[in-house]
Amino acid sequence: MSSRIGVVTFPGSLDDRDAQRAVRLAGGEPVALWHADTDLAGVEAVVLPGGFSYGDYLRAGAIASHSPIVREIVTAAGRGLPVLGICNGFQILCEAHLLPGALIRNDHQRFLCRDQQLEVTNAATAWTNQFAPGQQITIPLKNGEGGFVADDATLDRLEGEGQVVFRYLGSNPNGSLRDIAGVTNEAGNVVGLMPHPEHAVQQGYGPDVAGAPRSGTDGLGLFASAIRSLVSA
Amino acid sequence: MGYIVVEVMPKQEILDPQGKAVAGALARQGHPFTDVRQGKRFTLAVDGPVTEAHLAAARAAAETTLSNPIIEDVVGIHAVEEDLPADSGAAISAEVTA
Repeated sequence: MSSRIGVVTFPGSLDDRDAQRAVRLAGGEPVALWHADTDLAGVEAVVLPGGFSYGDYLRAGAIASHSPIVREIVTAAGRGLPVLGICNGFQILCEAHLLPGALIRNDHQRFLCRDQQLEVTNAATAWTNQFAPGQQITIPLKNGEGGFVADDATLDRLEGEGQVVFRYLGSNPNGSLRDIAGVTNEAGNVVGLMPHPEHAVQQGYGPDVAGAPRSGTDGLGLFASAIRSLVSA
Repeated sequence: MGYIVVEVMPKQEILDPQGKAVAGALARQGHPFTDVRQGKRFTLAVDGPVTEAHLAAARAAAETTLSNPIIEDVVGIHAVEEDLPADSGAAISAEVTA
């Protein structure tokens, strides 16, 4: 039986169907979850997709972090459930205190959309074990509030404990401190990142790679990692 | 009906790109302001006059929901005695600092 991975849809989610498709292409079984659900339908992992949950009116991800489904996810994450937050999902995980830090408006004050090179700085999490440490990958980035911030003590701790999972390569796209693109919790089961791995999972629809336009599939590694974690658990 | 005003500002050490953009616009118009920080002002309405219990609830809401303590400070929570204009709910205001 394939791994059942939940994808939560909030009012304002945009990339939920893309995330479901990524789960399917990686060999898992996507399970649609709704923001008002009060149970996780027995899924073995959860993805919080990109978008603008509840319009992001208060702060990005703030209202969603108090939703019924996220309360369930916080409890389950404490028991080791693999949870991935992408873009708005990352903002939700920070607002829910499952991940440290916060995301603020891009330092240049503009929405940015481009293919982004990243370094995988921690290949031991539930969502990155299919990568090699230090591997460079390219996946799309699109956000207006992607500046990762935390105080110096927190940043030192994250770097010291290996909780920085992805780092931006090339020019920093949004002013994130120490070029941090993604982080994990201490246990390594909860990961959040601003760029979008679910948009780089199928040839013909991904970022450009050398000699093959729109053929990048580096994002598949995150979903395949979770499935491997579940199969070997 | 009573009102409680909650004011939230980005922490001084946190970059405030919105305030920076507003500061640039004001400077281009010839205004003398050297810095702008942009925050949020929430107006919470309650039935009857504002009580200490209402204020305690407002403080809790301010710390858990209306602000994110990692990036923002709650700089003011106070009851408002007079009637507010009908359109003043949950207004977002810009605060100018010297």
